[in-house]
Amino acid sequence: MSLSNEQVGHIARLARIALTDAGIEATRAKLDDIFALIEQMQAVGTTGVAPMSHPQELATRLRDDVVTETDRRDAFQKVAPQTEAGLYLVPKVIE
Amino acid sequence: MSRIDWEVVIGLEVHAQLNTASKIFSGAGTAFGAEPNRQASAVDIALPGVLPVLNRGAVERAIRFGLAIGAHVAPTSVFARKNYFYPDLPKGYQISQFELPVVQGGEITIRVGEGDKAYEKTVRLTRAHLEEDAGKSLHEDFHGMTGIDLNRAGTPLLEIVSEPDMRSSAEAVAYARTLHALVRWIDICDGNMQEGSFRCDANVSVRQKGATEFGTRREIKNLNSFRFLQQAIDFEVQWQIATIEDGGKIQQATVLFDPDSGETRMMRTKEDAHDYRYFPDPDLLPLVISDDWKARVQAAMPELPGAMKARFMDEWGLSAYDATTLTASKEVADYYQSTVSAAGAALAKPCANWVMGDLAARLNKAELDVSASPVSPAQLAGVVARIADNTISNAIGKKVFEALWNGEGATADEIIEQQGLKQVTDSGAIEAIIDEVLAANPKSVEEFRAGKEKAFNALVGQAMKASKGKANPAQVNELLRKKLTA
Repeated sequence: MSLSNEQVGHIARLARIALTDAGIEATRAKLDDIFALIEQMQAVGTTGVAPMSHPQELATRLRDDVVTETDRRDAFQKVAPQTEAGLYLVPKVIE
Repeated sequence: MSRIDWEVVIGLEVHAQLNTASKIFSGAGTAFGAEPNRQASAVDIALPGVLPVLNRGAVERAIRFGLAIGAHVAPTSVFARKNYFYPDLPKGYQISQFELPVVQGGEITIRVGEGDKAYEKTVRLTRAHLEEDAGKSLHEDFHGMTGIDLNRAGTPLLEIVSEPDMRSSAEAVAYARTLHALVRWIDICDGNMQEGSFRCDANVSVRQKGATEFGTRREIKNLNSFRFLQQAIDFEVQWQIATIEDGGKIQQATVLFDPDSGETRMMRTKEDAHDYRYFPDPDLLPLVISDDWKARVQAAMPELPGAMKARFMDEWGLSAYDATTLTASKEVADYYQSTVSAAGAALAKPCANWVMGDLAARLNKAELDVSASPVSPAQLAGVVARIADNTISNAIGKKVFEALWNGEGATADEIIEQQGLKQVTDSGAIEAIIDEVLAANPKSVEEFRAGKEKAFNALVGQAMKASKGKANPAQVNELLRKKLTA
């Protein structure tokens, strides 16, 4: 399987990565190599093997439903570029 | 062409905010209405290096829901990252569940319509999965910028997805209402729609009756009231039919409902729809739910509305309508059960009439919830019992109820005693009243003797009035007829 430059451009847009035309070409070549490796892996027989969602055979830890955090808004907002009335300000987003 | 040729197909996705004390992956609080960003921890604002730790309370609520709808509660489920960019989602992905949700399948029985036309229907559920909510973007005036409040970020949600089993807006609303009552019944969500605790998205399509394939659907987002749900679906259905009948084609799209205009409008088409690139979240190991845990949750479950409804019908002889109405919410069901346990099972039917009739009307008028009723179940049971044993008539019962409502006495008996409302059953006393009435109304007496039955009712009314409503109506009837036909 090999990707088209269009597909690479689409993935880059979704990930908010700006790529030049040359960059797209170079990235496509790298991704193609990765797909070649995946193809190799897919040749391995996996019938009867359950899909794995995590490499460790453990269950997730759970915490009790209690509030343990304190209000640290002032400290967090010290590093924010712009805040007002307790809100983080960001460039206007219009859906 | 006529409407009759079309069939409407609706599936709902409901986001129920779980009523945990803390967030799904952090120990920040979830109270509504806090000052902006005061309940946003390092995890919620996605500072580098933080890790999510799953809240046991959120999982337990999901199990409760799964058990309540007879679903498969997955022994192993997996959290996945749903990737998209938006400033109120600081990580750049939402932690959700994709391939292996915690709740799989299940069904909910709904009752649609009223009276003779009412019918029951079973709606199948596809799945319900745990996920985190995003923050809030405030687009008001911040010098041309957008304000971000991350208090809501990380609040636990259960996204409940139905199969496309509904065939009208009425069915969709009945399903949403039943689901709303259920999540409150099993106490996993406060159901506050104004505060966004229960939000509906509706997938709507139309097809020719008899067609086997579904039409192209449009998704109406973020409906936060049952009325809007109904209006939005009705508008969308008309729009889709008109579009197709005009030779157009429906394009898959996400739309918003504008309550002011009553119309739906396009938010984004499929082409710019997000491509979420889901993958298992490496920060979280699989969620494992043991049979033992499930059994413990099951043991702590309250009786469910369906089972309670069946019990009301089987044991207390209530009609399907009464039983459905009385199990529409946990509060009403609790009130009704307490009333019956005070009045006795033999009076279950009159208790039902009072709870659904006078009490409901009075609460409605005062804009009060049943849990805040000034008349307690024990007090109402007292009224019902005194009517049943003929101490008072039904009409006087209403008077006693009103007096209890106004706090004029602690019990029905006390009010009946204090205000002298006890029914007059002494034949001599009633006869005396009747004699007076007959003497005062010779015209009615004449009319009755001439064969006018209406005149009899007028005389009964006069006698009841003369007794201030206290005479036993059955006795008045009997004695009056005896005197007139003697």
